[in-house]
Amino acid sequence: MRAKDASGARDPARLLPILLLAPALLWLAALILLPHVELGILSLRARVAPRVYEPSLAQFRTFIDEPLYWHTFVRTAVISILATATTLLLAFPIAWTIAKIARSRARSLLFVLCLIPFWVSETVRTLGWMILLRESGVLPALLVRLGMTPAPVELLYHDATILVGLVYTSMLFMVVPLIGALESLDDSLIEAAYDLGGNGWSILRQIVIPHAAPGIVAGCIVVFMLTLGNYLTPTLLGGKNSQWFTEQIYTQFITRFNWEQGAAFGFLLLGLSTLIVLLGLKLSGQRFGEVMQQT
Amino acid sequence: MIPSLPRPLWLRAGTVLYALAFFAFLFLPLLVVAVFAFNDAPYPAPPWHGFTLDWFISGTPGSGRRGLFADPAMLGSLWTSVVVAGWVTLLSVLVGTSNAFLIERTHFRGKQALSLLMLAPLVIPGVILGISILAFASRVANLADDLWGLELDFLRPGLPLVVLGQFSYIVSIATLTITARLKRFDRTLEDAAYNLGASRAAVFATITLPYLQPALIGAAAISFLMSFENFNTTLMLVGSDAPLTVMMYGRMREGATPVLNAVSLFLMVASALLALTLLSGDKAKASH
Repeated sequence: MRAKDASGARDPARLLPILLLAPALLWLAALILLPHVELGILSLRARVAPRVYEPSLAQFRTFIDEPLYWHTFVRTAVISILATATTLLLAFPIAWTIAKIARSRARSLLFVLCLIPFWVSETVRTLGWMILLRESGVLPALLVRLGMTPAPVELLYHDATILVGLVYTSMLFMVVPLIGALESLDDSLIEAAYDLGGNGWSILRQIVIPHAAPGIVAGCIVVFMLTLGNYLTPTLLGGKNSQWFTEQIYTQFITRFNWEQGAAFGFLLLGLSTLIVLLGLKLSGQRFGEVMQQT
Repeated sequence: MIPSLPRPLWLRAGTVLYALAFFAFLFLPLLVVAVFAFNDAPYPAPPWHGFTLDWFISGTPGSGRRGLFADPAMLGSLWTSVVVAGWVTLLSVLVGTSNAFLIERTHFRGKQALSLLMLAPLVIPGVILGISILAFASRVANLADDLWGLELDFLRPGLPLVVLGQFSYIVSIATLTITARLKRFDRTLEDAAYNLGASRAAVFATITLPYLQPALIGAAAISFLMSFENFNTTLMLVGSDAPLTVMMYGRMREGATPVLNAVSLFLMVASALLALTLLSGDKAKASH
């Protein structure tokens, strides 16, 4: 079949895989693998004199000894988990409505409506929340007019504000895999369960959730990872109280120029993020490649 | 539950109300950004002082207002973002296409592992991609300086490094998009062309590439948008020329003027146009 291919162009045919391999290897080695090796080296050394370094675990010891650092780390992880759970709870009914209740035209309209806000940069969306929530902003003014508060209240710079911003930013990454998972659920299964006496709650727990589990896990992994690594939303909506871990990394790396400490923090964040991804995959028994295809 | 089952009235009403509340939540921030771009007041905050286009076009020195199109710093950063996104798009689509052919058309040991590794950048937080590339580039630059006295400026924080940093994970997305389409390609079409005497280059240019075109355009659009919106990786690698997101972030911390609303509205309109063009392109393709 491919005789011409093999005889007429033998050398190029043999050369082709190498030509295709080169950009991939260059990319992965120079921009992913070697930089992380460098980060690892940085995190495991300490400066003893100008331009003199020795291997040490001092950076990780600082992390444990200094409550501010590990408090920030734990706080970031906890808020990220809360944000992921909240996103799932808010996204599920909408995904259900789009996948199961809406008819074809309304369905694609609602789906596009879900996508639109995410075509705009996170900076713009955060600006919107700042205008809505700041003391001189839209919602505090509305609350005063409705007589619910005597004077404008500051709605920015609270933990709840950070949570709202993170949930908002993550919504799309939860809705899309959920819709995918729910669309593949055959309606007749739900009808059968109903005929056999199931009620809404038992059908949800025994039929819908087990079926949608891969989509739920994929969404949660992506949302958790993006939340953990977010910088813009916590720092702008949380202000000085945000205490987000990526902010510590930025401070060490860029402001204080303490690359060793920053690299150690980077590895801690990467470790947590990787752990959660692996855990999620294990729990749902899926493979990494499949999850990435879905999202 | 589903339409074929009896749904009580409260459930139907609840569904509609929830959907309304949900979409209000999604669109409210965008709406206020757009509205306050036209407010005749020095800060993007209520009350409403009347309609003005000052935040787009005002350049008169006396008024103390500087609209978007009279703000060279803002326009400059907008252009910087466009240039960076252009390079990232070009590199990502080229390397993504090469990766797709590598995954679909070649066989070698370790291919499975390599294609998994290609997805890894998507699960590395952007901040960490940024600092690791910053640290490694600076090591290479220092090494070149120490060994040969070479000053490799492009490896110091600045736009070339921003392009590399964004490319490092955006190319994964381009690879996924293009591979997905190449996987569904019917290879007998190529075989037929070979049997009819076409050369390798001719087959690629007249059969394979046109088939891949929608995926290439899609990958380019996604790459451009992701580069334009990127903040985390960019922040770590940026030098003196700030792309738009970094510039906006800086101004938002200082206390924003409605110029930010104006530039945001500009971005919304631009991305909406891009989306519409792509969607109508899809429709036209589908109807053929």
